[in-house]
Amino acid sequence: MNDTHPLLEARGIGKSFLGITALDNVDFTLRSGEIHALLGENGAGKSTLIKILTGVYTRDTGTVKLDGRDVAPGNVAEAQELGIGTVYQEVNLLENLTVAENLFLGRQPRRFGLVNRREMRRRAQALLHDYGLTIDVDALLSSYSVAIRQIIAIARAVDLSGKVLVLDEPTASLDSHEVEMVFAVLRKLRDRGLGIIIITHFLNQVYDIADRVTVLRNGGMVGTREIETLPRMELISMMLGKELQHVTRDHHALDETVEKSSAPIRFNGYGKRGSVAPFDLDIHPGEVVGMAGLLGSGRTETAFLLFGIDRADTGTAMIDGNEVRISSPETAIAHGFGFGPEERKTDGIIGDFSVSENIALALQARQGWAKPLSTRQKAELADSFIRSLDIRPPDPDRPIKFLSGGNQQKAILARWLATEPRLLILDEPTRGIDIGAHAEILRMIERLCADGMSLIVISSELEELTAVAHRVIVLADRRHVAELRGSTVTADNIMAAIADPSETEAA
Amino acid sequence: MISTRNLPFLAALAIFLLAYAACVLQFPNMLSTRVLGNLLTDNAFLGIAAVGMTFVILSGGIDLSIGSVIAFTSVFVAVVVGSAGVNPLIAFAAVLTISTSFGATMGLMIRFLGIPPFVVTLAGMFLARGAAYLISTQSVPISHPIIDAIQGFYFRFPGGGRLTAMAMLMLLVFLVGAFVAGRTRFGANVYAVGGNPQSAELMGVSVGRTTVGIYALSGFLSGLSGIAYTLYTSSGYSLATVGVELDAIAAVVIGGTLLTGGAGLVAGTLVGILIQGLIQTYIVFDGTLSSWWTKIVIGLLLFTFIVLQRGIVWYSDRRLVEGRLKEA
Repeated sequence: MNDTHPLLEARGIGKSFLGITALDNVDFTLRSGEIHALLGENGAGKSTLIKILTGVYTRDTGTVKLDGRDVAPGNVAEAQELGIGTVYQEVNLLENLTVAENLFLGRQPRRFGLVNRREMRRRAQALLHDYGLTIDVDALLSSYSVAIRQIIAIARAVDLSGKVLVLDEPTASLDSHEVEMVFAVLRKLRDRGLGIIIITHFLNQVYDIADRVTVLRNGGMVGTREIETLPRMELISMMLGKELQHVTRDHHALDETVEKSSAPIRFNGYGKRGSVAPFDLDIHPGEVVGMAGLLGSGRTETAFLLFGIDRADTGTAMIDGNEVRISSPETAIAHGFGFGPEERKTDGIIGDFSVSENIALALQARQGWAKPLSTRQKAELADSFIRSLDIRPPDPDRPIKFLSGGNQQKAILARWLATEPRLLILDEPTRGIDIGAHAEILRMIERLCADGMSLIVISSELEELTAVAHRVIVLADRRHVAELRGSTVTADNIMAAIADPSETEAA
Repeated sequence: MISTRNLPFLAALAIFLLAYAACVLQFPNMLSTRVLGNLLTDNAFLGIAAVGMTFVILSGGIDLSIGSVIAFTSVFVAVVVGSAGVNPLIAFAAVLTISTSFGATMGLMIRFLGIPPFVVTLAGMFLARGAAYLISTQSVPISHPIIDAIQGFYFRFPGGGRLTAMAMLMLLVFLVGAFVAGRTRFGANVYAVGGNPQSAELMGVSVGRTTVGIYALSGFLSGLSGIAYTLYTSSGYSLATVGVELDAIAAVVIGGTLLTGGAGLVAGTLVGILIQGLIQTYIVFDGTLSSWWTKIVIGLLLFTFIVLQRGIVWYSDRRLVEGRLKEA
């Protein structure tokens, strides 16, 4: 396969949004007749690259060649005409239309200017027949399962474009049987000579279906490799960005007496079907518990359970020896929990609210809406945190959406610190934040736990975890698979723990 | 194939037929071509406007400007023809051009300024009504040989009923509307945009062109409806047809179109119009009931249909989940 000429060749692709670099000098080559996996953690630049190739974004720098010709699709339709079709994870087809209408939207066969429904039905049936589907094409799309819809979407994309097929997490909501169904279709298309790009975060699936992988990290290119000669460990280290370093850090171990004493916050057999397998977790005061794992390993799902966003269906939560039910974020806040979510822009901040209003939110929620904080209280609160966390610009009345990512993150921290929580959960606290603010936030985490607060830090930056965490819990395939403490908290131990259990099938 | 998608339409049709049968049992005279002919003529202008509203609602939008545009059209035609003596056909062409560009402009604002249709068409409603007052605050009578000819034109049914020009125009609009919705790419795009504009865009539908087209069509049909209204009343009056847009929305929803867009039939709107007309006719026949009963019954029907639609959505979701559980 090595001698086939490249079907799609991208060189030196760069793209930035409002001065923030999303993609920098990335090369990507796709051969015809191969399935090429594009890997990387959140924010690595996968989606940006895909959107440039499929015409959703225009690139700032670089060239894209398709079949040796320079191309620059300006929108999705142009990319389709060039031969590049896309299938997205969810928003894809229209549930309120029939299967045939979905397949032929915008290109319905016509006779005398009117849509020829009989012809459309016949062609839809013939098209799906190639994919091994014999279904009623006049039924609404919503009457079929996600796997069938995904195959219909693939059929439409291939029929429209026919050279390059881009799949953005096509299997995220499929069970293993359905994944096999979709993969069978993809293999058939590969054998027909299509070039297929697939984004997925299931490593098993990468090894199952891909011929080559390209790994991106923080908007940069890490490398392209043949999957057959790439050990799992090495792939993980490419994604997480740490060369295998055999260095053990001098760990500020937790005070022995604290560690021996029974933890005030304990979760036993806590879990939720289809989200995270039951796990035990004890949290001591002043402890930083790190959570490591790849995207989709159950990190965020664990945080959602602990904070009551998802409700556990097994297990118990004990606080100070009393069993409690954490059924909503509201009860979690009442028990002294705080949560800084991963999707800061959509789940964390309220963009049009001012900095001071954003800071006051959680405290207000805990007090109850019947007892509003006075304007003066809010101003004092905002002022003290803007000073102590060095939020810039130091203007409490500025809408928070105009602040940089790092300062938004500090404001979210301030929001929770205002409630004086005993357990603060931070999901990817340093994502999308510049280097300076990054170090500051890590220092802040250390200072907080020195004050006796417990923290759970979820991160895909291994260095960050090994630097701040007393203990690291490793997740894979939605299970807690290992717990590293003290001197065993090293980047390669974490990676080994991630790599090892993934031999088993994903849930 | 009877899909759950068409269930609300079939329910509306069944309700109309049952209600009509019940009316006929009480007043056998209601089963005459005369009643039927009047039913069509009296509701012609509302029906024409409701076809435009059907497209708007199918796309997930709303057009509140319809009643005002009808009033504007009727005043404009009455003044231009009645006072200035312009040929009515030229006046019709002019006013249709105005109302179509008015609708297209609202579509452009909805799409390219990202303002919700409710707000844009609310502004349009005030604008058109104000423009109508500006032309004349009086009721302007209209008389012209061509208009008299159109008004006097009809086919006679056996039994004495008349199919007037206005009724024919409405039926033609419904026929063409049904074809456009069901058998053209534009129609398919309307359903696609109503289903999910993001998906539609990703599938290559020109959401902008479709949106502008929809509101232009609604503007055109409002103008046409205004012409029918002028013919119907032989006058133009700027205070007329207040709230007609709400009657049109009611007809569309009772006819089985999902208020959130993406599902429904133009034919359903005709049934919705007929149901409203039937209630009015019944009240006339009864003679003792207050005409407000029309509103009460329509209100109850609307509730029923909205609950029915919710039920269908809920039912098909549940069936899908059960189906998936069985597969697993």
